[in-house]
Amino acid sequence: MSPDNPAVLAEGLTKRFSGFTAVDHLDLRIEKGEVVGFIGPNGAGKSTTIRMLCGLLRPSEGRASVAGFDVGRQPEAVREHIGYMSQKFSLYGDLTVRENLRFFGGIYRVPHGDFNERMRFAISMAGLEGREDALVRTLAGGWKQRLALGCAILHRPPILFLDEPTSGVEPEARRLFWDLIHELAAGGVAILVSTHYMEEAEYCNRIALIDGGRLVAMGTPSELRQRSLGGDLFEVDCVPLGAALKALGSAQGVIEAAIFGDKLHVVLGQGGLSADELPRFLADRDIRVGSVRPATPSLEDVFVRLVSTTRETRAAS
Amino acid sequence: MFERLSVMLMKEFLELRRDRWAMFRLIVPMIIQMLVFGYAATFTVHHVTTAVLDLDQSQASRSLISHFAATSRFNIVDMATNQSEITSDIDHDKAVIAIVIHAGFSRDLENGKSAPLQVIVDGTNSNTALIALGYIAQIVANFSTEQAANRIFPSRSGLAVPAIGISVQMRPWFNEGLDERWFFIPGVIGTLTLMQVVSLTAFAIVREREVGTLEQILVSPIRPVEFILGKTVPFFLIGLGDIALVSIVGIAWFHVPFIGSPWVMLVGSSLFLLAVVGMGLLMSTFSRTQQQAFALNFFLLNPFFILSGFAFPIAAMPKVLQWFTLINPLRYFLVIIRAVFLKGVGFAVLWPELGALASLALIMLTISVLRFRKSLD
Repeated sequence: MSPDNPAVLAEGLTKRFSGFTAVDHLDLRIEKGEVVGFIGPNGAGKSTTIRMLCGLLRPSEGRASVAGFDVGRQPEAVREHIGYMSQKFSLYGDLTVRENLRFFGGIYRVPHGDFNERMRFAISMAGLEGREDALVRTLAGGWKQRLALGCAILHRPPILFLDEPTSGVEPEARRLFWDLIHELAAGGVAILVSTHYMEEAEYCNRIALIDGGRLVAMGTPSELRQRSLGGDLFEVDCVPLGAALKALGSAQGVIEAAIFGDKLHVVLGQGGLSADELPRFLADRDIRVGSVRPATPSLEDVFVRLVSTTRETRAAS
Repeated sequence: MFERLSVMLMKEFLELRRDRWAMFRLIVPMIIQMLVFGYAATFTVHHVTTAVLDLDQSQASRSLISHFAATSRFNIVDMATNQSEITSDIDHDKAVIAIVIHAGFSRDLENGKSAPLQVIVDGTNSNTALIALGYIAQIVANFSTEQAANRIFPSRSGLAVPAIGISVQMRPWFNEGLDERWFFIPGVIGTLTLMQVVSLTAFAIVREREVGTLEQILVSPIRPVEFILGKTVPFFLIGLGDIALVSIVGIAWFHVPFIGSPWVMLVGSSLFLLAVVGMGLLMSTFSRTQQQAFALNFFLLNPFFILSGFAFPIAAMPKVLQWFTLINPLRYFLVIIRAVFLKGVGFAVLWPELGALASLALIMLTISVLRFRKSLD
């Protein structure tokens, strides 16, 4: 992989199955050392995209290159450079931890000289020291999943595709898993990880939000927040709420104002009322202001908003 | 190539070793089925329940009945006194066959006329009926030869009438005693191996697909050939072991002779197993789940069994079914294994069957490899 190439580059990537389009002209770019979260409802096309990028499915249209190799034309070369792990922990239950590692090491032709050290690394990463000879089916979900990751990176791939790797794993194990992902990214590995846990989206450098096979939005979590609201969100503690709502509703620069519990949520755009001016603006209208604090909408809200507005504009056009 | 293949094989054998019941499942059903087939698969008919109605009550009629009583083929269960008893015996399954000797039987014989004998057969089991009728014809033929001889010799004083007849000296080759076991047991070896190995192969791959390990392997740089070899070599070896095992049971327990060359047997078995493993592989590329594989297995194995010549002669089948037998590896292997066991012939005679098996194996394995990569699409 040449240094200036992106790890993953997809342009107009499309997959049609008989009668329906699972992935529809998707563009995606992932740099080295970047963790990109792939978010979207079930059936949005996340797994299909990942499978195309792994060379498991042939694109119907468009192109994608992984580690500089074309996924349609050079799938074998692509496979040498990627690690892949899917929601089903794909290990052999009747084999021990060590035997599974040896199997995947052999399949990827890890050099004999390096194998023992890499196996030790994988075992310690999974926290399975002392359980090397345990049958994998006797391991709890979190361990299995970290071992699967260990098997997927035995050959030191520069790019990792993780398809809902944490589904069905308890929260604490999920945290540990994300720590591992960040360690790998710090070492320069590019990672595309799909998830349907919204809090996990926060751990990503960037998020690609897809719906109906199309890319809805792509950016850092805070960029997406801003984009979905069209401005910044503030929580305003004031009385009386009704008068404040009425006053803000017609003020310039206010994109949205709504009562949220016993406070007000206000979205401020650019070129109008700023957060600093807000207390004065309200005080001038006989409203007592306690505090104005920046607030962060949950990513779930952000996604729902982005998806629904995209669906509306798509339906309108 | 060999490095990946060897880790695949190591994995397969480790999994097999971990499966505590694997050896039991691979061996015991084969031996039990071999024993069941060996004892039960026979067309010979013994102790056919027979009712007799003798309305003639003559010396000749009693002599005929004694001919039936003398053989173990028939079991006379009822000496009826009227026609309705006979009907009731057949209706109630008391008797499969009824022999009715009408009044005037001996008189007709004395007068040199042909004397009719009525035989009623329960045709619900047409096979048994047919075979029993054959025995009856034999017994009656013997009886009439005797009667004819008796009638000639007393009148020797007059003009001598030589009894003209053609006597057939039967001498079946390769199986002098026409022991049906000799015919069935080699066939059973082929049939059991086909069933065992096809399903083992198909299920092994479909299970990996279902569990998700197949996908994990497909994203690795492993080549389809390496994976397929890794997946099939173990079943090929298991198949060879199966053939050897049940052959030994057939030879040692049922005393079926093995007069051919073990080498011909080994080559024939290997080509057969390649074709069979290819069949299993091909089935696996058409099945996403184990249920689908099961349904396909169920759908295909019986026709393969029936259209193999195991029991029903291929030459007697309609043309379309005869064509189908051409793609049935069992058809060729049955010819080979029977020939090697009983006739002792070698490559010079069996090359067409061996060649057919080799081509079938090549075709099925090639299609499997080609279909395999695409099978995730």
